[in-house]
Amino acid sequence: QLPTGLYKKVLVILHDSVLPYMNEPTLMMDFLTVAYGIGGAISLLALNGLFILIHQHNLEYPDFYKKLYNLLDPSIYHVKYRARFFHLTDLFLSSSHLPAYLVAAFIKRLSRLALTAPPEALLMIIPFICNLFRRHPACRVLLHRPAGPADMSEDPYVMEEEEPSESRALESSLWEIQSLQNHYYPDVAKAAAVLNQSLSEMEDDISGLLELSAYELFDKEIKKKAVDVPLEFEQVRGLFGKKNDIFAEHFSLD
Amino acid sequence: SNPFEVKVNRQKFDILGRKTKNDVGLPGVSRSKAIKKRNQTLLKEYKEREKTNVFKDKRFGEYNAKITPEEKMIRRFALERQQNYGKKNIYNLNEDEELTHYGQSLAEIEKLNYIVDSDSDTEERGTLSAELTAAHFGGGGGLLRKKVSSEQQDEEEEKPKSRKELIEEMIAKSKQEKQERQTRRESALELTEKLDKDWKEIQALIARKPPKSERKDKEEEKPKPDEYDMIVRELGFEMKAKPSERLKTEEELAKEEQARLQKLEADRLRRMRGIDEEANKKRPSHMSADDLADGFILDKDDRRLLSYKDGKINIENEEEEGEEEEEEGEEEDNENEEESQEESASEDEEDGAADSHSDLESDLESEEEAAGDKKEKKHKANENEAPNVEKLDPKREAAKSELPYTFAVPESYETFKSLLGGRTIEQQLIILERIQKCNHPSLAVGNKAKLEKLFGFLLEYIGELATLDLPELRTIDKLVLPLYNLCQMFPEAASDSIKFILRDAAHDLEEVIEVKGRATFPGLDTLIYLKIVSLLFPTSDFWHPVVTPAFMYMSQLLTKCRVTTLQDVIKGLFVCCLFLEYVSLSRRFVPELINFLLGVLHISLPKKQAQGYTVVHPFTPVGKNLELLLVCDEEDLKSWEKQNVPLSIVTRLKETSRTEINHTRLSCLALCFDLIKKCAALYESLPSFHEIMHPVRILLTQHVPVNEYPEKLQECYHSALKELENKVKHYTPMICEKKKPVPLKQYTPKIVKVLEFGKKQAGSKKEQERKQLIQRHKRELKGAIREIRKDNQYLARMQLSETMERDSARKRKVKELLGSLATQEGEWKAMKRKKWKN
Repeated sequence: QLPTGLYKKVLVILHDSVLPYMNEPTLMMDFLTVAYGIGGAISLLALNGLFILIHQHNLEYPDFYKKLYNLLDPSIYHVKYRARFFHLTDLFLSSSHLPAYLVAAFIKRLSRLALTAPPEALLMIIPFICNLFRRHPACRVLLHRPAGPADMSEDPYVMEEEEPSESRALESSLWEIQSLQNHYYPDVAKAAAVLNQSLSEMEDDISGLLELSAYELFDKEIKKKAVDVPLEFEQVRGLFGKKNDIFAEHFSLD
Repeated sequence: SNPFEVKVNRQKFDILGRKTKNDVGLPGVSRSKAIKKRNQTLLKEYKEREKTNVFKDKRFGEYNAKITPEEKMIRRFALERQQNYGKKNIYNLNEDEELTHYGQSLAEIEKLNYIVDSDSDTEERGTLSAELTAAHFGGGGGLLRKKVSSEQQDEEEEKPKSRKELIEEMIAKSKQEKQERQTRRESALELTEKLDKDWKEIQALIARKPPKSERKDKEEEKPKPDEYDMIVRELGFEMKAKPSERLKTEEELAKEEQARLQKLEADRLRRMRGIDEEANKKRPSHMSADDLADGFILDKDDRRLLSYKDGKINIENEEEEGEEEEEEGEEEDNENEEESQEESASEDEEDGAADSHSDLESDLESEEEAAGDKKEKKHKANENEAPNVEKLDPKREAAKSELPYTFAVPESYETFKSLLGGRTIEQQLIILERIQKCNHPSLAVGNKAKLEKLFGFLLEYIGELATLDLPELRTIDKLVLPLYNLCQMFPEAASDSIKFILRDAAHDLEEVIEVKGRATFPGLDTLIYLKIVSLLFPTSDFWHPVVTPAFMYMSQLLTKCRVTTLQDVIKGLFVCCLFLEYVSLSRRFVPELINFLLGVLHISLPKKQAQGYTVVHPFTPVGKNLELLLVCDEEDLKSWEKQNVPLSIVTRLKETSRTEINHTRLSCLALCFDLIKKCAALYESLPSFHEIMHPVRILLTQHVPVNEYPEKLQECYHSALKELENKVKHYTPMICEKKKPVPLKQYTPKIVKVLEFGKKQAGSKKEQERKQLIQRHKRELKGAIREIRKDNQYLARMQLSETMERDSARKRKVKELLGSLATQEGEWKAMKRKKWKN
């Protein structure tokens, strides 16, 4: 019923400027559930208020995790509210009473989506996933399955399945993270390589990583002092003069 | 020897294996040695301190250890003769004495004209005279000589003479000889005069040059030398063939080149994996890093040679060697021709193509020269220009007379621009090359900094060329070469200036995002810079000070920048190409690349609900920028032909018809298909390849209206799809690497290489080296101070002894004087007394 812009604004400030001052915060229940059901960015924003209601006011929300699971789509790594969303998701998934299949489904989905994520999000999500593994050792089959079938023709995980329990996440492996070990950004590749070894006991602190921006990463890289600068040894023959130059195939210098 | 003169440094503990140098000292000996040395040096200096005239030893080569004593003697003798030459000494009767051998003058023998004068005894001709054999065969052993000497011995035995007699005899003999010689000479003179006369009479008859000297005349009288003799003499004097260093065959050169490339490639792979980064740091730095200043850049030489010599061209893969060599050679030829054509076209001269071509060759030669022998160049950089001048065609030279041969490095960008502005590409290249040559870092101290600046100017200039309305990409294409060379010389400075540019660009982008909330693609110059990065630096490294920031920047471009126009699409695709090129060797995964290609495909579709795939930022499933690449016009679809996208379109989309725009769109699509194909080939080995490519595949199979596309585009489409489809699905469950078992603590001794006893072994090799150097410096400093102190003591002692000597002498003299005065006085008093008495 509200225009989208206003909707977002309201939801952004709801949790710390409105709810604490209401006598009956539960009155916001309907508003928030509707907002949560809309999908997209609005759902992400509604999550915060909803969390307060669940946490402090005993709101019983059926299929909460299922909805949360379905909120995960490729855009979550690109939207502005990424830090906020993952902060909350971290909270929701911190309970050690969650069933393994659910956590596995989350892990699998997050890592599947990470295949399209920019490096700053990857730097955040990989420790996030590591933390999930630490909290839920039952999920470690995703990383270590010595007794499984040697060769599979298909990833058992079903991405399109809306129900986490049906997604067969526990039968799968984290090939996505393995792929990310080949990421072009060295820090991401290193972070992904951590999962190759057995994890340490201590959880990573991801609060500092939530707000990373691409520019910060760039800045960090460019300020690194190099001892020496390796040089290309192939003699230059022109702007597009390399062997098998892609540019020479498609662009002309006119 | 004497136990009282030996000082023993007592050791507290004896340690096995320790070498002790200083356990026994001989203080007396060493002191006396030191004093002796000072006597020879310091004392000498001290004594000569107020003397201005010095004794100079001008004997030739007296202190030159390189010359052997014999040679020294020979040279000295030659010098002496030279000095005396021309000076007639009236007292020297033996002035024109000649060195002889068997009565023949040596000078004549050397002229190869020595032949037994057989005029007198014609009957002996044909037989071997003793002299002849002696000349030819070294005198035929001892037989003949022995005879002579034995005769002499007999004589001596007959009457033993006293020394005096002998000397007298010798003097008499020599006098006699001298007289004889004089008479002979006089007669010879007479004879020659007579001959001269005769000759002059005949001269008119025979047209020949008049004789220059008497000797020649004499020669004329002699028979012509035998051919055999001539040959024998010649052989004697002929330069002996010496074994020189063998020239390397092409094969060997190629092999060496290959080995070098293999080494470089191995190095690159190591860096690509980035495993041993730590070890890397400790290793001596990459070879290319320390060839900055000295100018002896061997690798660079090779590279230069590489690109210009057929048959030894830069080859990575061994299999392709043969074919590519030829191809590249041809390419180069073509290039040369093209250049020459351009040249002749661009400069309004009557120069034929051949002329300019040859000129170009000379340029190439000069370049090779420059690369070839740095050492030579170091000494005569200026002379180096001289051959250039000679080589240039006179015509061309006249035309180019305004190009000076030496350039100073411009101090500011403005001067640099004015230097290059208005010149043709070739001229610009020549100017740059000359600047580099004239200001080679080995020639002067400040040149390094200047040339480093030049790199920055050149970059800026390239950027400016790219931002023009009509970007001069051809010029940039050529300017990349000097850029590469400069970068090879100064990697640090080059990386710094490129990083500076990147930082600026990223900063601008960030600012725009903060202000407007969204960004636009940067200009062509930035894209060109990114391309140049890939030319100058190895993009496959795990981490690289320049390439990694460039990666980050490109990632931002693909995720942050809005795609609103066709130019944006082209720029985006350009960045995609850059990404692909950067990772082509390392095969690293770039999510942004796939996202962007997906988005490009997405905007080529008619508006409808996207199914089965989701596009991510900067593309949106709904919005106004959809259908940016959609082409509906049937005719345009039909008339499209595959062609390269001109880059200038990025700065200004020509005010062209819809048709051309549509064609550009189709070209973009074709490019996109090709990139997808390349991505598929590249990422084949990733374990989740199918998941990564899933959205693209769905889009390609279910949404792209293939049948409407022209045939060529359909081909592209199908090849891309084929590349995507025919990959096997293959999943193996992940297994964690086993943790290495922590070894039990053992009490075996840790064995460390001991460099120096009593020193701490901690720290890296470099650190240790540094410590050692510091230590050595300290030791040397202490030693020097001690020496100086001892010198001063010695001097003081000398001065003291001098003054004491002087004082004692004075005392003695005073005493003497006083004594003499006293005696005088005494005598005088005695006299007086006598007087009184008297």
